Amino acid sequence: MRIAVASGKGGTGKTTVAVALTLASQEPVVYADCDVEEPNGSIFLRPEVDRVEKVLVEVPKIDESKCNACGDCARFCQFNALVSFNTPPLVFPDLCHSCGGCELVCPTGAISWRKVPIGEISLGTSDGGRISVIQGKLDVGGSLAPPVIRQVKTYLTDDVFTVVDSPPGTSCPVIESLGEADYVLLVTEATPFGLHDLKLAVETVRELGTPFSVVINRFDEGDSGVEDYCASEKIHIMVKIPHRREMAEAYSRGGNLFDAIPELLDIFRSIPERIEKGVGV
Amino acid sequence: MEEIRMKIAVPSPGRTLESSVDGRFGRAAGFIVYNTEDGSFTLADNGQNMNAGQGAGVQAAQNIAATGADVVIAPSFGPKAFQVLKAAGVKMVFSIVGTVKENIESFIAGKLKESDNANVEGHW
Repeated sequence: MRIAVASGKGGTGKTTVAVALTLASQEPVVYADCDVEEPNGSIFLRPEVDRVEKVLVEVPKIDESKCNACGDCARFCQFNALVSFNTPPLVFPDLCHSCGGCELVCPTGAISWRKVPIGEISLGTSDGGRISVIQGKLDVGGSLAPPVIRQVKTYLTDDVFTVVDSPPGTSCPVIESLGEADYVLLVTEATPFGLHDLKLAVETVRELGTPFSVVINRFDEGDSGVEDYCASEKIHIMVKIPHRREMAEAYSRGGNLFDAIPELLDIFRSIPERIEKGVGV
Repeated sequence: MEEIRMKIAVPSPGRTLESSVDGRFGRAAGFIVYNTEDGSFTLADNGQNMNAGQGAGVQAAQNIAATGADVVIAPSFGPKAFQVLKAAGVKMVFSIVGTVKENIESFIAGKLKESDNANVEGHW
């Protein structure tokens, strides 16, 4: 089973929940950090890294001796990665989405491809090998998270329990990370901001058609808006995590949810089983 | 004003020569394009870039080139916009605090500094 932990709003506790779900498992488990702009699950899981590999994407290379300066490639490019003023095009590799369209429209075959690095994947294990940690990391200043996430996903299989730590928001990187997930946990907080972004996340997951439920973090700190919304939308609330000073203290030391609130361990341990039984589906 | 024939583009949130200069080049609402020949001006929309995910500077620079502007006056130019404007042969000049009109007058009087390099890092 693959569970993706996502949220609309950032800072609601996705990584806290994803790490907790990983640690609570008594089976071999894969933790996949797809929050590639700021992956931080490793701070809490502390894997021994066995291997690091680069993420490469292809960007166009112009052979100026073949280019007839027609500008068709630049007119075709929807991402402004190519610009031509009846000249051989300027290329802006970091705007390129590697779609390949420029090569198709080029009448003189002047476009070929070169590979550029945009990030890296690290592979390691934690807890004596029981937990596999796969982390994607986009280079600082990079803007193309989806290819890094796609490469993380090439290491995921259906036969091992897998927790995907998704990026916040509802844009392309989130969609990429939620793809192929069997279930989504949407983490939110009991505030108007949390509710606002939860609604966007719910719309997104409903569009994808993936079963989901909600985790409310710091549920006793804000208002009842999120719970009222979930009730009216018939959305199951899987866990409510209380606001505790001990959690902040544990977090600041790289500790996990169960260091602070041990009574949540059994609840988290039961989540995969409850999902399989169809709770909140 | 002395006799020079040129088109001068200035990013602005407004629609008149008394409007202010927009603090952002790529994501300006539009450009006021002033024609020194007859003192007329036109408005070039840049609205599609205000919410662009990325590449706003590159697209704005192409929009400016399409107006036939010879010069653009703005507070800053990012690295990609700089490359595009340079390739298009559009001169880049740094603006001063004031209205579009004051900036155009200062430029014509030779009081504004030309940009020979991108002066800000790439940004969102």
